[in-house]
This record gives sequence, C-alpha cells and structure tokens, in this order.
Amino acid sequence: MNEIIFSAIWGVIMMFCSFLVSNKSAYRHIAAIGLLVLLIVNMMETGGTVIFKVDTMGMLSYSTFGLLFNSIAIGCTLLYVLVSGKDIERLEKNIAEYLVLLFFVLCGVGILSAYNNLLMLFIGIEILTIPLYILTGSDKHNLKSNEAALKYFLMGSFSTGLMLMGIALMYGGTGTFTLEVARTETGLYKGVSFLEIVGLLLLMTSMCFKVSAAPFHFWTPDVYDGAPSVVTSFMATIVKVAGFIAFLKLCYIRMIGTSSAIDWRLLFSIIVVATLLFGNITAIFQQSVKRMMAYSSIAHAGFMLFALFSLNDFANKGLLLYSVAYCLATIGVFAVLAKVKDITYEGYNGLAKTQPVVAAANTVFLLSLAGIPLTAGFLAKYYMLSAVIATGTYTWLVVTGVVFAAISSYYYFRVIQAMYFKTGDPQTEDISGSFKVGLLALAAIIIIVGIFPQIIFNWLYF
Amino acid sequence: MVALLLILVPVIGGLLSFFIKNEKSVKGFAVFISLVTFLISLMGVFSTDTSMLHFDKAWMPELGSRITLGLDGVGKILTLLTAASMPVILISTYKNTYHNANRFYGLMLLCQAGMLGVFVSMDILLFYFFWELSLIPAYFLCSSWGGEKRIRVTYKFFVYTFLGSLLMLVSVIFIYFKTSDHSFSMQSFYHVKLSATQSQWMFWLFFVASAIKMPVFPFHTWQPDTYEQSDTAVTMLLSGVMVKMGVFAVIRWLLPIFPVTAQNNSSIIIGLAVFGMIYASLIAIRQDDMKRLVAYSSIAHVGLICAALFTNQNIGTQGAIIQMFNHGINILGLWIVADAIEQKVGTRKFSELGGLSQKAPTLAILFVVLCMANIALPLTNAFVGEFLMFNGLFRYNPIVAGMAITCIILVVVYTFGMIQKIFYGNTSALTGTAKDSSFNINAVLVILVIVVVVLGVYPQPLINLAQQSFNLIITKTP
Repeated sequence: MNEIIFSAIWGVIMMFCSFLVSNKSAYRHIAAIGLLVLLIVNMMETGGTVIFKVDTMGMLSYSTFGLLFNSIAIGCTLLYVLVSGKDIERLEKNIAEYLVLLFFVLCGVGILSAYNNLLMLFIGIEILTIPLYILTGSDKHNLKSNEAALKYFLMGSFSTGLMLMGIALMYGGTGTFTLEVARTETGLYKGVSFLEIVGLLLLMTSMCFKVSAAPFHFWTPDVYDGAPSVVTSFMATIVKVAGFIAFLKLCYIRMIGTSSAIDWRLLFSIIVVATLLFGNITAIFQQSVKRMMAYSSIAHAGFMLFALFSLNDFANKGLLLYSVAYCLATIGVFAVLAKVKDITYEGYNGLAKTQPVVAAANTVFLLSLAGIPLTAGFLAKYYMLSAVIATGTYTWLVVTGVVFAAISSYYYFRVIQAMYFKTGDPQTEDISGSFKVGLLALAAIIIIVGIFPQIIFNWLYF
Repeated sequence: MVALLLILVPVIGGLLSFFIKNEKSVKGFAVFISLVTFLISLMGVFSTDTSMLHFDKAWMPELGSRITLGLDGVGKILTLLTAASMPVILISTYKNTYHNANRFYGLMLLCQAGMLGVFVSMDILLFYFFWELSLIPAYFLCSSWGGEKRIRVTYKFFVYTFLGSLLMLVSVIFIYFKTSDHSFSMQSFYHVKLSATQSQWMFWLFFVASAIKMPVFPFHTWQPDTYEQSDTAVTMLLSGVMVKMGVFAVIRWLLPIFPVTAQNNSSIIIGLAVFGMIYASLIAIRQDDMKRLVAYSSIAHVGLICAALFTNQNIGTQGAIIQMFNHGINILGLWIVADAIEQKVGTRKFSELGGLSQKAPTLAILFVVLCMANIALPLTNAFVGEFLMFNGLFRYNPIVAGMAITCIILVVVYTFGMIQKIFYGNTSALTGTAKDSSFNINAVLVILVIVVVVLGVYPQPLINLAQQSFNLIITKTP
C-alpha cells in the first residue's frame, strides 16, 4: 500500500515541479530521490510498517513475494533513471511530465503485485499501459515514434477489450470478481463452468499480448523499434516483468482451480515453444541491435513463461531472479544503445578501442542475457529449467529451452564480436564519467547476484 | 587449501595482468604466476595429507550447492598437466609479440584458472560453472588473435560447445531432483537411482557435452578449423588441456553416475570413436597444413582414449587416464615445433617447406623424438598408454581392436610424411634462409623430450595415480 500511495503522490509533486523548478537537470534528481523514498517505504512495509492503512475490502493483499517484487521494480527503475537519466532529458524540452509517467507506471506495478480481484487486475494493467502509450510517442517529431505509439495504442486497447470480455464472462461463470472461488467438486467439470473457461482463455490471450508471448507478439518489434531507446528500455523491462507477476498470480489461483477442466500445461507448453521459436529465430536475422533486442525480449518472455508453466517454488524464486537479471542486463544494453549513434551491428564495430569501459560493461550485460555462469542470467535460467524439471513431466520442454538458449548466444555474441574483434570508428554521444560508473555498478550487481542469489531470496523470509 | 590456491592464483594473476600495460613486464609476470601455479600443483601431487587437498564451504544453500574442491588421482594428473603446460606454452612463445599483450596474458591465465577449476570441483554445479567459464576466455583468445577466418570459426566453436554444455546442464538438473538429499555433491550423484529410460536419456544429454569437447566423431567439425585459425599458444592450451576436460567429465561424472547405461551404450560410442580414429587419420594424411595435420591426429588419439574408457576394462581405463597426460605433453611439443617453424620460416604449408634439417638440426632431432612419441613407439611415454588401451579394447572386442590398430599404421604414414616434407629433401625458397630455433624453444623441447623418455621407461608413478581413480569407477560397476 505504501508504494501505491507514495508513487501517486510523488507523481503529482513532480508535475508541479515542472513549472516550479526551472533547472532541467533537477528533474531527474527529484525523480531519483522519489524512487529512493519509494524503495524505502516499500521496504518498510516488507518489515511490517504500513504507513497508510487503507481497507481495500480484500481487493488488494500484500505478500512478501509481491512486496519483494515491488522493491525489485523500484530498484530497477532507480538504476534506470540513474544510468539513462541524461538520455531521457534529450527526449524533449519539458521532461518532467515523462518522469511523472514513470511513477504512475510504478503505481500500476504496485497494484498488479497485490491484486486479489479481477477488477484490480484490469485497473492495474490500465494504469501500467496508458502512460506507456504516451511514452512511446514521446519523440514527437519522429514519424516512427508516432506510428509506434498509434500501433501500440490500437493493439493495446483491442487486447484490453478482450480482457474485459474475459473478466465479464468469468463473472458470469462464477458470480464473483475475487480471485479465490469456492468450488463444489461436482458436475460435468467438477464445478468449473464453461463460461469461466472461455473467460480465462480470453484473459490469458490478453495477458499474453501484454507480455508479448507468441502468437500475440507482433506488436513488440515495431513498437520497441519505433519508441525512443530510453523508453524501450523501460517498456521491455519493468513493465514486461510486472505483467508476468500479475499473470503468475492469475495462474496460481484461477488456472490451478480449473485444471480439472482444461490442461493448461499443454496450452502453456505450446505458447512457450512458439515464443522461443519466433523470438530467437527472428532475432538472428536482424541487422539492427535495437530490433534484435526487441526480439530477444520476446525470447526472454518465453523463458519467463516457464514459471507460469510450472507454478512451483522454483518458479516463484526463478521469476524474481529472472526479473532482476533480465531487467538489469536489458537496461544496461539499452543505455549503451542510446549512446551509440548507428544502432546496426556495424555501429558497434571497434567500440572496445574507443570506449573500453562501456564495452566491458556491455559484454557483461550480453553474457548475462545469454546465460553464462557467474552472471545473474545463468542462475535465472537455471531456476526456470529447474522449475520445469521439478514438475516431473515435459522434460522435452527443457531440452527445447536450452537449444534456444544456445541459439540466443549467436546474436548476443555478434554484438561482442563487433565491439572487440572488428575495426571501425563508432560514433557515440558524449559519454560522461558518471554514466560509466552507473554501467559498472549495473555490471557489478549482475555478477554479485550471479554468485550469491541469496541476497535476493533472503528478503523472502524477512 | 591446495585446490583453492590452484584456482585463486591464476585468477588473481590473470586479473592483475589486465592492468600491466608494459609488454615485457606482463610477459614476465604471467610466466611467474604460471610457475607459482605449477609449484602449487606439484605440492598437490606429492602431498598425502587429505585435509591439505580438500576445501569445503557452503554456497547457495537454497540449491544445496557447496564449494567442494579436492584432488584425487585423475585430478592430480590433470592439474599437473594444466599447471605444467602453462609455463611451457608461455616460455616457448616468449619471443612472439602480441598486440594488447596484457589482455592476451590475462585471458590465458583466466582460461587456465577455469580449467583447473573443472579438474578440482567435487560438486557438479561448481564443475558446470568452471566448465562454462573456461570457455569465455577461450572465446576471446581465439577471436582476438590468429588467422583471418578466426572470428567465424571461433563462433562455430563457441556455439557448439555452449549447446553441449547446456544439454549437460539439463541432465545435471534432472539428476539433482532424483538425488535423495537434493544436493549437487559427488556422493549424492554417484548414488542416485534412475529408471532405465531416464538414465538412457540423461546419459546421452551428458555424453554429447563431453563428446563435443573431446571431440568424438561426428561432433568434431569445429576442431580442425579452430586449431588452425587460432594463435598457436592458444591452440596449445585448447588441445593440450581443454580437450581433456571432455575426457575428464566422462571419468569423474558420466561413468560413475551411469555405470550400467554406459555399458549398454558402449558399442555405439566405441564404434563412433573407432570410426572417428580411422576417418581422422585418413584425412590427416591428405593435409598440407601442419596445424591441421596435428589437429586431425589429435582427434584420432582422443578417439582412442574415449573408446578405451567405455570398454569397462580396468586396463583400458587405466591406459586412458595415463594417456591423457601423455597426449597433452606430446601434442604440446608438436605445436611448439609448428609455432617455431611458422615464426622462423613464415609458413606452415608442407608444399613450401623442406630441407629444414640442414638449417635447424637441433629442432629436427627434438621433433623426431616427439614424432616417435606421437606414433607411440616403445620407450616413449605414449607407448605405455596406448598399449594398455589397445589391451583393454582387445578384451572388449578383438574385431574392434583390430580396426583400431590399423590406425597405428596410418599414424606412422602421416607422421613420417610430415617429418620428411618439413625436414628432408631440398630446401625451398623460404627455408633456404632459415636459422636454428632459439634457446628458449630448445630448452622447453628438451624438457618435454626428457619427460617423454622418462615416462616411457618408468611410467609407474602415473600408473599409481591412475589406480586411485579407476578403483572408484570400477567399484561402481556391477
């Protein structure tokens, strides 16, 4: 609760700042302070101190898991603002409003990690995505950015329609919006009504759209490519992972409850394989690193879907770890991408010569995305594979997963190759010392989490 | 403590090397670190105090993984090989110049650390960590220094091995869930109980990883290209030591975990290995490039080691363990000569070489001795190992052994062909002006030749070390 209210308040404060404070670079400092405050109040709640006691009539309920995820999302946003803050400034003259939107997104994240009611799910998703439509189009004078925003908006509202339809049908089937449903184990499908199944399928379609799982991923490359790199960075990481956390809760309660009527695992296994296939194979053929990263985000969605497939202890921890590993690495890669003027692979040629620190940090990010040991990305993948094996079935799915993980190394290493082994004269924006420090900090966190994952999990038993 | 130091010294040395900008001093520093590592490994080999050799500390309690390091017989042999080959490599290539020398030596030491980690890990997750980690410096080494096509070739090498290791990871996780106490320790893995179908699948997933590393036919296609294209110092590290990782994985994990399945599938694997031996030897005869020839010869030799391991005969296993060490020593010698010739003459092509014995008599003599070891002549170290292995293979199946033995003839054909084309005949335009090899190369080669002969005459110390390890494997087999 702390997080939802504080993020809304700080968002409003930031809005006033936009005309009260004239110094442009002050905005991102205010935003960073705000995120730090958010992180602290959220951790306080993890420790048991709730500042605002609001009776939500059981519509929101906080667990350690949800709060921990909030901390991860806020922490990643903080690092994002610290590393890419200067690039956000370059977007537009009045950037305070864009930073405000980040806080509103975090408010949506807070709801999604705690919802206990389908209406709250809907509201959370909307609060999460509406700021993104604006952010996607923030590069107003770029036609591609406009196109991306419109495309995202149209497709997004369509999927929202499906979600509402699904929720309505589920209400018709069970007579309630709450997630937990009392079921009588009788009747044709042991108390599961046909309407509820259809509703769940629609809801699932819509959620798959939000997390860009195949075959509902078609918007992702265009939108991620069209949006300014800094925005894509935020969209592809925190927002996507929040979608997964919401999806996970839905699966845990509603999908396990209806598993007598429909084999969700089979359905998910098909989605997983399709997502991994489309994401990885298409990523190989990209010429632009930005577009490659868009497809790679689809591929990673495939890996995160393993958690929804298996729904066990490993899946929970794995999804948290995956959030950290994936967000940090992707934020890093996009931060570098925003500095490179030519975003094709050729644009990276010889970067190790001109910017050794940036290239080294970028290598760590890419290694983590590829899942090499000693980075967080390896353990994240490890947990996901373990989760599937722990279910005791579908071992072929794990083998498919690792084959695609090996394929993914192909396109990540292409960037490393360009940076280290090709010669060229890469054009970059000004790279400040603080940017390098930020990148190194990101890389250091990735490696530390890769060796001692306990530092995240210990919070679960707080 | 010894096991931990074996990893830490090269890691720290490697990281420090990155910051030494002066080429001379970084070379000296790397040689110094490699000698220190070598001394530590000698301590490990001669120490009998088990508390000195072992190290155990909790790590990732969530998963039940511990940092368990230790040295047993085969571990001792291979750490000694790894630690000894590094100074040999660095000293023999001391006169070569590398651009970005600090990076080169740093990566070499890190790669060594990764491989030493593989050989001392007694926890399979840790083993997997090091297994992958040694690949990353190797990737950078092969891509940054070497021939023109190196980047594409290294790519192939990397994706191949990475896929193999991930398949192994699946197998590891699967077995982990079947262990009684959910731990990655060697003991739990050795005592795991799997159904026949499960162990069949997991066996093959695991085997593919080591088969790619070794490499065994048909997974060998990355190897000749990578050896040819990468810098010779790196090739030495890859073929002398990294290849042994694949064999080591079989001895340390595959055979003890799946004793019955290994026996059931032995005919397929031995068939592939023996076919690969003949195939590689035939191709070696046709090669014009010295590095490619040695690469194919290496496939043939490692194929024999692999075949002998799966015979399930004490004598074959013992021979394989000994031969791992010997093959490492011999192939290092061959690569050093190849590098010396390339540096002196500027080519590795047989068609452009010839008559070098008139110009470089010392090199010629030392090279011929190493070639004798390559064809496993009696009184050289390789004879002992190959004799034991063929013996084991013969007990397994005389027909297969007969096919494998034809390789001895093929080895003689291409090895003697190589000697003739390089050192005898008329001097070519390029070799006419060549000089004899430098002092450091001669010194290193003399040491290697002494090792070759000593172990050929008195192999007992190695056999004793090997004994410890194969007891472990044999007691597991019903």
